[in-house]
Amino acid sequence: MEEKIPAVTMRDITKSFGSVIANDRIWLNIYRGEVLALLGENGSGKTTLMNMLSGIYFPDEGQISIDGRDVVIRSPRDALDLGIGMIHQHFKLVDVLTAAENIVLGLEGKLDLKAAAEKIRGICETYGFEVDPNQKIYDMSVSQKQTVEIVKVLYRGADILILDEPTAVLTPQETDRLFTVLRNMRDDGKAIVIITHKMHEVEAISDRVAILRHGQFMGDMPTKDTNAQEMTNMMVGHQVALNIDRPEPVDPKLRIRVKGLTVRSVDGILKLDDVSFTANSGEILGVAGISGCGQKELLEAIAGLQPVEKGSIEYLKDDGTAEQLVGRDPLSIQQMGVALSFVPEDRLGMGLVANMDLSDNMMLRSFRRGHSLFTDRKTPRQLALDVVEELRVVTPGVSTPVRRLSGGNVQKVLVGREIASAPTVLLTAYAVRGLDINSSHTIYDLINRQKKAGVAVIYVGEDLDVLLELADRILVLCGGKVSGIIPGRGAQKRDVGMMMTKLGGNAHEQ
Amino acid sequence: MFDFISFIPRAVVQGIPLLLGSTGETLTEKSGNLNLGIPGIMYVGGISGVIGSFFYEQSVETVQPFAAIAIPLACCILGSLLMGLLYCFLTVTLRANQNVTGLALTTFGVGFGNFFGGSLIKLSGSSLPSVILSATSNCFRRSLPAAEKLGAFGKLFLSYGFLAYVAVIIALVSAWVINRTRVGLHLRAVGENPNTADAAGINVSRYKYVATCTGAVIAGLGGLYYVMDYASGVWTNDAFGDRGWLAIALVIFTVWRPNVGVLASFLFGGLYIVHMYIPSGMNLAVKELYKMAPYVVTTIVLVLTSMRNKRENQPPASLGLPYFREER
Repeated sequence: MEEKIPAVTMRDITKSFGSVIANDRIWLNIYRGEVLALLGENGSGKTTLMNMLSGIYFPDEGQISIDGRDVVIRSPRDALDLGIGMIHQHFKLVDVLTAAENIVLGLEGKLDLKAAAEKIRGICETYGFEVDPNQKIYDMSVSQKQTVEIVKVLYRGADILILDEPTAVLTPQETDRLFTVLRNMRDDGKAIVIITHKMHEVEAISDRVAILRHGQFMGDMPTKDTNAQEMTNMMVGHQVALNIDRPEPVDPKLRIRVKGLTVRSVDGILKLDDVSFTANSGEILGVAGISGCGQKELLEAIAGLQPVEKGSIEYLKDDGTAEQLVGRDPLSIQQMGVALSFVPEDRLGMGLVANMDLSDNMMLRSFRRGHSLFTDRKTPRQLALDVVEELRVVTPGVSTPVRRLSGGNVQKVLVGREIASAPTVLLTAYAVRGLDINSSHTIYDLINRQKKAGVAVIYVGEDLDVLLELADRILVLCGGKVSGIIPGRGAQKRDVGMMMTKLGGNAHEQ
Repeated sequence: MFDFISFIPRAVVQGIPLLLGSTGETLTEKSGNLNLGIPGIMYVGGISGVIGSFFYEQSVETVQPFAAIAIPLACCILGSLLMGLLYCFLTVTLRANQNVTGLALTTFGVGFGNFFGGSLIKLSGSSLPSVILSATSNCFRRSLPAAEKLGAFGKLFLSYGFLAYVAVIIALVSAWVINRTRVGLHLRAVGENPNTADAAGINVSRYKYVATCTGAVIAGLGGLYYVMDYASGVWTNDAFGDRGWLAIALVIFTVWRPNVGVLASFLFGGLYIVHMYIPSGMNLAVKELYKMAPYVVTTIVLVLTSMRNKRENQPPASLGLPYFREER
């Protein structure tokens, strides 16, 4: 095989923030016509490294070369001039502007949106995107916004593209579409770097994989010469069991019975339509569905946060008596032992207050208890310390504001707090959103421990592979309706995927 | 019969200070700065012009029309520019709270105006509590000679001083810049989402400074127009009244569109003086009710714009928020 000249060479790149070394003498080659997967745990320095390539940070030491020529990248504009474009995890788009306006934002010269729209259509045709240049961003779905971001960097002539966890917010179908486009771009001779920690995606899309651990470069290899287990071990540094534990439910008892639940959003859109199911103690009920199919509304209705139009939600006590949850306020539902831990897309939006520290956030659940005029600060503080210790939350201390923690640690705090209230029903949504494999497994363990303790767990997940391995039963939602409830053991990904997109899947056809 | 031919020109001259003030504030708000100092800045603009022209009139026998216009104009621009710079330095560079800074500037501006207004009244030795600059005012108020001969048309369209036309042109040009040019696109991006603008290579602080200072100067011209044209060159302390606040209300009324502001300001001007044109007999209480008109309309418009959920009619998304790149 002939020797290729790398599009980008990063040599001896070191970057530290205060006393933390985020990148320690990293060497990395990026080639054209190749998809490179950059793999590593949360906080291993993947994003930092790529931010230096795209001009957001400046390396403390080391040298970057583009096409064999040494360069200095001081700003995002320098990077773009060199053909490097990065698609960030949080989209950088202005909501009230159109796609075309966003795409030309920051460029020089006369403003000619018609010409820009023409050029955008050209780019879309070349790679198979679908973007309406005149559509406003606020009218777009997450995947459309991502497409605009990609077109934006292509419009500026980027031929080295970096995507930071592009699939974190996409449905499986949207992910497939993205991958098709990425392959088109690769075949067009562009260099593509994708940051991810989903193993099956690495295997599906990448040609080569590079692994970072704790800011150090562990090595790279062609994807076809390795496997998920080997990559995970390199990433984590020790042997990790990749399969998720699924203990048999012990003595399952009916805990929650939902009948004919119908919920409308404020704008009058039907979010849940005649949903009926049951959840048992000591069992994990997985909820699958394309995002926005009523998962959020379902959990919120049970927790008392959504007005219910029709139907009933019953909570069954150990002695078999049933209590109606519809019409109760969230506080009394919570006191019955129903805990909700919802991790929204921005991770902080619900459940935690970003500017408050760990122990104060713990207090949000407990401040009503106690009878004196003053709040009890000691117990929440102890709880915070326990959560930090038990879940290995990386934080300078319990009096650090939550917003300073990295995403994974924030989630541990949220889930840890909900579990600490010793619930009988645990509602959790996207608990591992954006978490690396190691932290994810910590959360799965936590959830399994709750299951063993006899808690009825309702787990809304986005990763189908995990749902299939973790859940005892899977409830599939499709457009607010129940598409089917199937046993988790032996369920096929293809079938569930079909049920997500079509009511009842293809069961009717067979 | 309601006398439109005399009412409309009065409404227009009432509206011009509001138009300048609201165009200035719209430009400022488009950059994400909520400048509540506009009333104070208009006040400072007015008194700065008065100070300049007072000393010019004192120092010469007969005033030269060019100097009589250029000197107050330059003083007004300088005064309001300094106010704009002060606001930017506090809110953009030091990231002070915009509401507090703006209100402080208004208090300061009014106090500044009344202090120097009082000093000038003392200096002029006049028996009235006002500074009277008739010569300068005559230069500002000079209209086209043809205006007299053209009857109603001349009265409605040509009877104003040059600053009135400048105000309309500034408003239309501002609207064009905001909506049609790259600079305007960048400005809107800064006001909507400074993070994104920054990542796109736009200098957020520079846009905020330039937009806010330009806005302050335009608003300051409103103060100058008020004294020199509307009030015929008579400065009386506190006579400017609450026009500055009406200008800010007008920004919301026009849903951040200076071109809409041209007609809206004339409407506001009309509402402001409608009580003088409606025969109410001897009952003065009814007159007071008519004086409420601009405020009632503003309140109704606020309710209506809040109810219409169109995203384009909302204030810039990051209005009032300081921008700090490293904030998480």
